[in-house]
Amino acid sequence: MGEKAKKEMRTPIETGCPDGFQYMHPTMRKNFGQWKYHEHPRPGVLLHVSNSGEEIWTVRAGTQRILDVFTLRTLCDIGDEYADGYVRFTIRSNIEYMVKDKDKVQPLIDALEKEGFIVGGTKNSVAMISHTQGWLHCDIPGTDASGVVKAMMDELIDEFRNNEMPNRVHLTTSCCQINCGGQGDIAINIQHTKPPKINHDLVSNVCERPSVVARCPVAAIRPAMVNGKPSLEVDEKKCICCGACFPPCPPMQINDPEHSKLAIWVGGNHSNARSKPSFQKLVAAGIPNNPPRWPEATAIVKRILSAYKEDARDWERINDWIERIGWPRFFELTELPFTKYHIDNWRGGRKTLNSSAYVRF
Amino acid sequence: MKKHDTPMIDELENGPWPSFISGIKRLRDTHPEKRINEMTNDLLGQLEHSYETRKGYWKGGTVSVYGYGGGIIPRFSEVGNVFPASKEFHTLRVQPPAGNFYSTSMLRKLADSWEKHGSGLVTFHGQTGNIMFIGSTTENTQHFFDEINDYGFDLGGAGPCVRTAMSCVGAGRCEMSNVNEHKAHRLLVNNFTDDVHRPALPYKFKFKVSGCPNDCMNSIERADMSVIGTWRDDIKIDQEEFKKFVEMKGRKYVIDNIVTRCPTNAISLNDDDSIQIDNQNCVKCMHCLNVVPKALQCGDDKGVTILIGGKRTLKIGDLMGTVIVPFMKLEKEEDWERLVEIAEETIDFWADNALEHERCGEMIERIGLVNFLEGVGFDVDPNMVANPRESSYVRTDDWDDEAVKWYEKIDERKKGSA
Repeated sequence: MGEKAKKEMRTPIETGCPDGFQYMHPTMRKNFGQWKYHEHPRPGVLLHVSNSGEEIWTVRAGTQRILDVFTLRTLCDIGDEYADGYVRFTIRSNIEYMVKDKDKVQPLIDALEKEGFIVGGTKNSVAMISHTQGWLHCDIPGTDASGVVKAMMDELIDEFRNNEMPNRVHLTTSCCQINCGGQGDIAINIQHTKPPKINHDLVSNVCERPSVVARCPVAAIRPAMVNGKPSLEVDEKKCICCGACFPPCPPMQINDPEHSKLAIWVGGNHSNARSKPSFQKLVAAGIPNNPPRWPEATAIVKRILSAYKEDARDWERINDWIERIGWPRFFELTELPFTKYHIDNWRGGRKTLNSSAYVRF
Repeated sequence: MKKHDTPMIDELENGPWPSFISGIKRLRDTHPEKRINEMTNDLLGQLEHSYETRKGYWKGGTVSVYGYGGGIIPRFSEVGNVFPASKEFHTLRVQPPAGNFYSTSMLRKLADSWEKHGSGLVTFHGQTGNIMFIGSTTENTQHFFDEINDYGFDLGGAGPCVRTAMSCVGAGRCEMSNVNEHKAHRLLVNNFTDDVHRPALPYKFKFKVSGCPNDCMNSIERADMSVIGTWRDDIKIDQEEFKKFVEMKGRKYVIDNIVTRCPTNAISLNDDDSIQIDNQNCVKCMHCLNVVPKALQCGDDKGVTILIGGKRTLKIGDLMGTVIVPFMKLEKEEDWERLVEIAEETIDFWADNALEHERCGEMIERIGLVNFLEGVGFDVDPNMVANPRESSYVRTDDWDDEAVKWYEKIDERKKGSA
């Protein structure tokens, strides 16, 4: 870089995370830390009351998450006209508007619905699916999480709009087993089923071989000379098809149009309420990765939801429900097969076995 | 401009949920700027190609802004010859205001800047918590960053570095808040701006702050350092409100949904329909407060619990965080300084001792919790374990010295509270 160009480069201002306080609704600023209780007057609406008696009404709406600037401006227009110009986003990418007066709530809901946004996602609803990017932007996606989510939310929209579930249901999707979508009551994740296909001509130029070897969770990768070139080979019997070698070494192609399948996991729960946080468990695999609408995956999710809705007690999350009724009953109610692949053989997996005489008949 | 045929992704415009495909098409068809029309047209073309072939076509690379080493997810198309206008389609990760609060005027400003330099597609927020500005050429990442950096926004982390943090709505709106979540969030992450912008750590490190053990930020499962608001005195009870609730829902409902759901059997329903709580055995799970928020409230002696080492799957499997600090107050300036110091000591020890690409929790798994505690200078505490050791294979060489340490600590605590 020449001296002149260097001078023109602007030095960044390392401000980090901005203060959110300046963007809070004035009523929230005024009552910061002074909230007393909340109520849930209807699906998609929360009422918080402060010690001073002041109220803040929140209206929550689902969006397409990947927003074009037009949609973003529409959301801003609604905020300006009906909600004093303040918004926030939830961890599941819903937008929230806060207003001081109850009278403003219904017009705000009407305006959101008129523009096609979906009011709901509070309390014991099926919340918006938290998800990853997929084919639109990721470099290692086995599927298009954004598309799966759109297709699935079309089918689950009434559960988002209403509060008919025993407790809240958090869904997540991920485009690979690294699982950026995170833990969920129900998680829909890609599951690779074949070891990577290696382009040996490219490995030595593209991949830092020792770090690829180190990345493998089961030590199945080793350096090798192939066709006279330094490359890597995979012990295919050991390989668990996780895809962890693909990001540091793209010539180890893990994505496979035919053999990438979806798997469904249940019972992940972040909250400490009633029981300690829990990880999700595998319940179904081998589901076709079938764009553009993935009907097979949605059908299984709906089956699990309907069994849960029918059978769980109030306040039971999916993990609480299964804990009470037991796994045999879960597989019976959802009509999913129980296979040898459900039995965990990862380190520490023995703790997941039933070492008791507890058997339900 | 010839529009690509997109029969498969067109299917995602059907149905009642808002469609991201329709949004991208709006940019292609109605945006006044040709650059955006062409970029989104080729993006749709490539996405359709992915749907048809069931494969992704983006690869990474190296792109950053002047002065930084990270913050941008570079994306170069592997089929850029067919879709040239979107062949460079990088994402800028931008740190949102703590608590994800925005004024509409600020959102408009961001939208204006973004359509000047980028594709016009944005997500609030990615899974780590960043605003994701999706779709910029290499050159324009710098222009866009320069512009938004001037009015107070900064890049987040990407790569082996301290990542963008998250905090819940917290004291801004929630009665269950036990700490100034946004202050904790900003103090922590902004102490490490250098480590956010210049990736030089073993792997990623995430902070997440939740105001109560409902842990809406998923911090125990997703954060290397999880800060959770809690309290150590009694749950505050408004008995009149509670009785009203019993009257409304019935005793059976209250027994089935509150009394029997308490994980430590710390709740009784009295004969006069008031509630009795064995506060010493309350583990602050939040369930009863969630059911009757009008009658039950967190106590007044507030502080935080800190857990270290949560992470998702790569490499050794999912790990939850482990309690390192069962309780600390965050009131005085020195308390807040101590919070930052704990983060610094943890990151320093991890940076010195982790293997490449090893998360903090994985390092703890490999070296054992005690080595970690000794490395960062924490005493052991029974709150750190679900139960003591089960394996009988253990050497207890310095047992007597360790026992003395424990009793000394108890004495100190007694003196402190006297």
